[in-house]
Amino acid sequence: MIEDHVPVRSRLWLFLTGGLVIAFLIVPVLIVIPISFSSSTLLEFPPRAYSLRWYRALLGSLEWRDAAWMSVKVAVLTTLVATPVGTAAAYGLHVGGFKAAGILRLLILAPLLVPVILTAIGIFYLYALLGLNNTLVGLVLAHTMLALPFVVLSVAAGLRSYDMAQERVARSLGANWFRAFRSVTLPQIRLPVLSGALLAFISSFDEVIVAFFISGGEMATLPRRMFSALRDQIEPTIAAISTILVVLSVATVAVVEVMRRPRRPD
Amino acid sequence: MTDALNAAGIRADARRERGMLAALAIPSFLILGTLLFVPVGWLFFLSVFGDSGFTLENYTRMVVEPAYASVFLTTFELSGLVTVLAVFLGYPLSYMIALLPPRAASVCLTLVLVPFWTALLVRTYAWLVLLQRRGVVNSLLMNWGVISEPLALVYNFTGTAIGMLHIMIPFLVLPLYANMRAIDRVYVRAAASLGASPTSAFWRVYLPLSLPGLAAGTVMVFVICLGFYVTPQFLGGGRVTTISMKIQSNVATYFDWGAASALGVALLIITAAVFWAFSRLLPLRRLTEIGDA
Repeated sequence: MIEDHVPVRSRLWLFLTGGLVIAFLIVPVLIVIPISFSSSTLLEFPPRAYSLRWYRALLGSLEWRDAAWMSVKVAVLTTLVATPVGTAAAYGLHVGGFKAAGILRLLILAPLLVPVILTAIGIFYLYALLGLNNTLVGLVLAHTMLALPFVVLSVAAGLRSYDMAQERVARSLGANWFRAFRSVTLPQIRLPVLSGALLAFISSFDEVIVAFFISGGEMATLPRRMFSALRDQIEPTIAAISTILVVLSVATVAVVEVMRRPRRPD
Repeated sequence: MTDALNAAGIRADARRERGMLAALAIPSFLILGTLLFVPVGWLFFLSVFGDSGFTLENYTRMVVEPAYASVFLTTFELSGLVTVLAVFLGYPLSYMIALLPPRAASVCLTLVLVPFWTALLVRTYAWLVLLQRRGVVNSLLMNWGVISEPLALVYNFTGTAIGMLHIMIPFLVLPLYANMRAIDRVYVRAAASLGASPTSAFWRVYLPLSLPGLAAGTVMVFVICLGFYVTPQFLGGGRVTTISMKIQSNVATYFDWGAASALGVALLIITAAVFWAFSRLLPLRRLTEIGDA
């Protein structure tokens, strides 16, 4: 039921504006789909004829396949490192009520607050000294650092709505700390942990600027390769990649929705 | 006697436990320290120490050279414009979603989240396709006879602002909507029953209650805008140079680490100052709770 405190006339204007803003948000994301199936090199809309030409070009290109594989590797490894490390930090800072916790919580958000370009050239400089530029380890470490705030924010939010007394009960009944955490606390905060992991994955998979500085050639990630490709031409090969990425983002939103929905009455 | 021993034992246990909990945060801070604090600190050092020792040359250059002034001006104009537009478009959208019944609201929220989760470069590419000289928007407008010559919608300030606005609206809507959903409609009804017109009930009751979310969203949008690099790089067509782009060209084209670092430090200080100014207006905690939305 729509609330009655907004008069019909204003409601009409409101819904018109809101609808237009939604169209502004969603149309550009969807426009790449028909273009990717075009049979022409021109970016026509609507395309005069349809084909799978650009998908074939994409699959046939070793460069794009390598870049996609690289991105998947980096994002998976980043998620595997950032999730436990970030969860441990969120838990420690939440439960241990020590004085510095407030400051530390703010410091852990630093990767979100420091302009990415500054982070990128800083890491580039450091990696030049350590010989880590253009390495898988270097990329994973940098992306892990950038992903930590997402994991920590998500898990901390989950812990705020969790009653710590349950873990204390488990321990008073003889479970050691790790067992109490694993079998009592973790199952109840698993959704925030999972959504933190998902955010970590996406943040790495989409990351452009740091990758632009510290990866190239054979070690280039998908966004890095797209960045170079966009500079040269804007032919529909990129529309084909974009379509695949849009499908991935729709799937991500669907997964998050499904994760949120089943609320058992507990 | 045993009581005192017990108490001492409990205190020691508590200390050990706090130590263990603090240790859980160590891996995170090791990663942050090595990959963020040390490099940024080192850049700060590079910005004030040249070949001939301590110098503020890199900073005075920013004030003296008009090229730098125009970079700062462009960045602030872009960020200001995009923030204002995001507020004027994002507020009605959030308000609409907050008024809708749950199912329709969740559909609308999904439509906001899909672009939010879509890769930045994909959206940049989509705007190139839409806004080009012979792009979708221009051909549609010409087919409808609205215009006879294609408009210059991209490779300039306009295109950059459009692309950034598209990225920033969800950043405003998510915290604002989370705030609006928590507003108890009873207040608005109470104002109406006391004789307030719908308009004044909105301005004097609803809007003030939604301000914390609006403020949190606005500061996020403005600060993120200040650091933009990719969108102006592609949609600006060389006519728009933001601070981040200047930093990049200082490093990549001129190998001038001192100048790049100084500019980066300036950007960081401006960002921190904006956050600080806003945190005086509202508790910063609200920002860290955006993850709940």
